This record gives sequence, C-alpha cells and structure tokens, in this order.
Amino acid sequence: MSEPLLDVRDLRTEFSTDDGIVRAVDGVSFTIEPGQVLGIVGESGSGKSVTCLTVMGLNDAKFATSTGEVLFRGEDLLKAPGARLREIRGNEIAMIFQDPMTSLNPVHKIGRQLAEAVLLHEDVPRKQAYARALELLKAVGIPRAERRIDDYPHQFSGGMRQRVMIAMALINNPDLIIADEPTTALDVTTQAQILALLKRLQEDFGSAVIMITHDLGVVAETADEVIVMYAARIVERGHVRSIFNEPRHPYSWGLMGSLPRLDMNVERLYQIPGQPPSLLNPPAGCRFHPRCAYAMPICREQDPALAVTGTDPSHEEACHLDAETKARRAAELVSSLMTGAST
Amino acid sequence: MLRYLIRRLLWALVLFIAVTFVTYVIFFLVPANPARLAAGQSATPERVEEVKHFLGLDRPFYVQYGKFLKRLVLEGSLGQSFVTRRSVNEEILRAAPITASLVFGAMVLVLSIAIPLGIFSALRPRSLLDRAAMIYVLIGISLPSFWIGLVLSYVVGFKLGLTPIAGYCEVFSVPEAAICGGLWDWAYHMILPCLTLAIVVAGTYVRFVRAEVMDTLSMDYVRTARAKGAPEPTVIRSHVLRNAMLPVVTMVGMDIGLLLGGAIFIETVFGLNGLGGTAIESIGRFDLPVLQGVVIFGAIAIIAFSLVVDLLYAWIDPRIRLT
Ligand SMILES: Nc1ncnc2c1ncn2[C@@H]1O[C@H](COP(=O)(O)OP(=O)(O)OP(=O)(O)O)[C@@H](O)[C@H]1O
Ligand SMILES: [Mg+2]
Repeated sequence: MSEPLLDVRDLRTEFSTDDGIVRAVDGVSFTIEPGQVLGIVGESGSGKSVTCLTVMGLNDAKFATSTGEVLFRGEDLLKAPGARLREIRGNEIAMIFQDPMTSLNPVHKIGRQLAEAVLLHEDVPRKQAYARALELLKAVGIPRAERRIDDYPHQFSGGMRQRVMIAMALINNPDLIIADEPTTALDVTTQAQILALLKRLQEDFGSAVIMITHDLGVVAETADEVIVMYAARIVERGHVRSIFNEPRHPYSWGLMGSLPRLDMNVERLYQIPGQPPSLLNPPAGCRFHPRCAYAMPICREQDPALAVTGTDPSHEEACHLDAETKARRAAELVSSLMTGAST
Repeated sequence: MLRYLIRRLLWALVLFIAVTFVTYVIFFLVPANPARLAAGQSATPERVEEVKHFLGLDRPFYVQYGKFLKRLVLEGSLGQSFVTRRSVNEEILRAAPITASLVFGAMVLVLSIAIPLGIFSALRPRSLLDRAAMIYVLIGISLPSFWIGLVLSYVVGFKLGLTPIAGYCEVFSVPEAAICGGLWDWAYHMILPCLTLAIVVAGTYVRFVRAEVMDTLSMDYVRTARAKGAPEPTVIRSHVLRNAMLPVVTMVGMDIGLLLGGAIFIETVFGLNGLGGTAIESIGRFDLPVLQGVVIFGAIAIIAFSLVVDLLYAWIDPRIRLT
C-alpha cells in the first residue's frame, strides 16, 4: 500500500479552562488513504470536532496544546510553522462546517468569499478566481449561478449555503476534505441531497473525506472506513461493512440501536442511558462502563486497549467482553435490525 | 432599497409630528404666564390682555398648535423670543454650531481613541494594554464630566497655559466685535472641551468595541476564513472588523443625537453658549419659544441622525436591504 495521505498518531489535545484541563482528544490514531472516505461517529462531546480542528491547526493556541503526530503526506502538521499551515489550509486540506447559516460572512457576497479562497493560494487575476467560483457554484447545483454569485449569504437557504460551503471547500481541488457534521443543521430531504452531492463530488475530484457525524446512517451511506469515538477516544474501528455487520463494542450497539426507524414512526428502538462523561474528570477504567449494560468489575479498573477479536484484522475494538458474547450480541442486534427493516 | 428609504422617511415624519406635538403640549401646560413676562413688570392687566391677544395666547390650544406647526413647516420658523423679540431661529443658528463643534469634535476624538484601543484589547485580552484600557474605561465611566472639565481647564488651560480656559470662536462669518476667529482659533478653543467630552464618552466605546470584536472573533465565519488559509491580518481586516463595527455605527449615531442636547455641563464649564447654555438661560427667563425651539431642534437633530445612521447601516449591512 502507498503512503497514507494523512497519518494521525497518538493525537492528544488538551484545553486549559477555568475548571481544569479538558482532554478533548486522548490518544487517537488513524490513517486515511487518498480518495478514501473515513467516517467518525460519536455522541456530542466525544472529541470529533476537536480532532479535526487539531489536524487543521485551528484550535486557539492560547488554550489548546496538542501532542502526537499529524503526518500529512509525511509532514508533521503539529510541528509545521503557521505560514506552512496556511498554505495547506483551504488548499490541500479544506473544511466544511456544521452550521451553514453562520459559516459564511454576512457582509460579503458569495462570489467574493469563494474567490478569496482561490486568491489566497494562487496568484491569478481576480477575474479568473471569479470564473472558478462560478464554475464551482454550478458544480454544486446552485440554480442561476451567474446571478447568485452576486448575492449575499442571507439570500440563500440553509441547504444552498451548505452547497456554497462545499463549493468553497472544493475550489482549490484539495486532497482532503474534512466535513464536520455537514448535514446536521439541515432538514432531512436537504440532508440526503447534500450527502449525495458530497459523495458525487468527492468521487469526481478524487478527494479523501473525513466525514464527522453523530448519525450512523450518514456513515453507512458515505464511508469506507469508520471510527467510533467515545469520550475523547476511539472505541471501535473497521471497514464500514464490518462495523455494520458485526459491531463489537457495546457503545456501537447503542448507536446502532438508536438509529431512527421508519417502521417505528421515527421512534428509537433503544437509547443509550445516561450522559457522556465529563472530559475534565473521566471515569477510571473503561470510560463507557457507567453507561454499559455489560460492565464487569474489570471495566471499572482497567482501561481496555484496541484489539482485534474477530476474523477481520482491520476491525478493532476496545472492550473487555469476551469474543463470544460480542459475536452473539452483534448477531442478535443485526438480525433484529434486519427484521425490523423488512417488516 | 427605495422602499426601505420611503418607509424610513415616513417614519421620520411621524416622529417629527409626534415630537413637536408632545413638546407643544408640555409647554402649553407650563404654569407660566408668558404674556405677563412679555409685557414687562409694570404692565397693567389690560396691557397684559392685549399682549396675550397679540401673541395669540387667548386662542384655543389646537389653533395655537396648528399655527405653530404651519409656521414651522412652511416658513421653517420657530417663532420669536418673548424676551428679546429676536427670532428663535437666529438664536439657534448661533448656538447650534457651538454645540455641534463640541459634539462632533469629541466624537472624532472618541473614535480615534476607542476603535484602535478596543480592537487591540480584544486581540490581546489580558495583555498590559488591555488591562490599562479597562482601568481607563472604569475611570472614564465613573468620573463626572464637569469634574474632568474643571481639572483639565485648571491644569492645561490655567497652570500650563496651553489652551484657553473658556470661550468660543467662529470659523466663518466672524462678527466684527469678536476678539478671535478663523479655523485655528476655533480649534484652539474647542480642543479642551472636546477632549473632556471625549474622555467621558470614550470609555464606553472602548468597552463596546472590545466586546464587539471579541464576539465577532468567535463567529463561525471567522473560523471559515482561517480554514481557507487566510493570514490573521486578513482575517481581522476583512472578516472581523466590518462586522464588529456595524453596531458601533448605530451607537455613534444615537450618541451624537443625545449629546447634542446633553453636553450642558461641559458647555457650562468652558463658557460655551451652545444649545445647552441657551436652554438653561431661557428657562431662567421663562422664554418659552426659545426653550421650545431648542427642544424641537434637538429632536429634529436626533430624528435626522437616526435616519442617516439607518441609511448608512443599510449601505454597509447587506442584510438590512431586503427587510
Ligand atoms: N475551546 C475549548 N475549550 C475547552 N473545551 C473545549 C473546547 N473545544 C472543545 N472542548 C471540549 O472538548 C470536548 C470535545 O468537543 P468536540 O467539539 O470535539 O465534540 P464533538 O464530538 O465534535 O461534539 P458535537 O457532536 O457536539 O460537535 C467537549 O467536552 C468540549 O466541551
Ligand atoms: Mg462537533
């Protein structure tokens, strides 16, 4: 296999706050190959956004410290100087944010904001930058793009703004796009359109994508590889097939069980009880044990490491449960989801 | 844009009528006998009645208001002083430039102090300069304006002799009897009063600008700009400042209107016979038309300013235009 596009090794990011140190990312490692889509799932507060902002070097340097390595084509971004990071940002790695309503500057025209992204990285005439902006607006499906390019963000709907954000992310043909919950703020129909658009453009442009979401459904539709995060750590990872066919961490079971189901009037089959822990003072042992229905004495004391327990060597989880229980429970859950879906 | 303009103008008109009406009612209710004052101390009751009739004070209220409004709108006249018989317009035309010099001069100083200081404090919170600025804000907010004025005129004007202690000089059409005149003399006399007012007002502005900039810095679109690879100076200039300055524009407009009527203490300390001084004088003499004139002029100034600010705002904030 070739050199990975992004190789994150043992990433840790801490924030110093008035209440103490928040370890928002605590020993996260993953790689992503060119053109691949990596899904990162987890509840709110599990450290998904901070992971990506750290990769981009966008944490507030006054409060955040990061250790580990973020190797982008072999170059460690954590050690790269600011000027080098600015060269990469928006050019080789682009980002799409969660809330399209607030992510565009209200006082600048759409065209200007798109062209700015080009002009920051390429020494081209303004006209050419605007031409590129127009081309991208068309590519993301903005109707009457020639006219809309002179509109202000408030003249666009949320879905249209997210298309603009996607256009902005793609405008310099990046190798990696980090999409941080790109559809969370949108209504269901728009969500589906935006996801389909992202997927299509990702294939056209050949960019790799990190798709952050708390919705396993989004991951199922878009991702090649999946990482499940809980309380600043990775608890399970593997190919999307493997994760969906044989989820092996109780937290993943919870996430799967809580997928909304059409046949049940959008009522959820199952909710994980309780709240994610505070990262100021996370529980000892396995961080999921206070909410885990399968917790054993060892879970309170010993923190499980990621390990392969099944047949697929790329599918790992961090859980003390024995392999048979995991396999049995996974099979039960999947079959119940199947029958649920077929009725 | 045109519809917005028309709506805004209509609104200004409604305000104008409301303000003149309320002012007129208040002055109508004042328990003074202007005819008696105008007729003089030794006038006989018959003479007072004559004067009353002559001034139209014996007519019903609505007739008086109607005449007043007609004169104001058609002739642009605010009437005549009961005491000096001079036209109120003249009185105000003399006083308004003095107050305007004070207020606009001070505002220029305020903005040139507060904007850089506020921005810098916001960009470097808890730095030495930020702390110093916050101490200044506290002092500026808590010290009374006349005290600052007296101290400045004593120290700078009297002890150091750097500026005049009091008085005003015309820039244009200097009266023959005047001992000073022209741009230089004007500025020389205005610097201390403007500085005093600026010191008082700037504190609030530093705090306001700082808060707005900090607020804007945490906006999602600022993060978007950084994610595009924009260097920090570009982020600040192109994405933070314009947004952060929007509310400041509103505040400046409102304050100019307010100060035009509310800089009385500073006018008094520096012997400037502006609108505030004129109003106080006319209260002492029960010269209702002059007092009324000052109030109505002030109200018109506030209405006009808020109109200008709103139009300016619509011009710099694209979100306003459609609404
Ligand atoms: N600037 C910051 N200062 C202090 N704590 C922070 C900061 N940013 C994030 N955190 C904390 O880090 C943890 C992880 O946050 P993060 O935003 O990565 O969660 P997330 O998985 O993206 O959740 P969501 O689904 O809500 O976006 C949270 O507990 C959050 O409170
Ligand atoms: Mg997030």
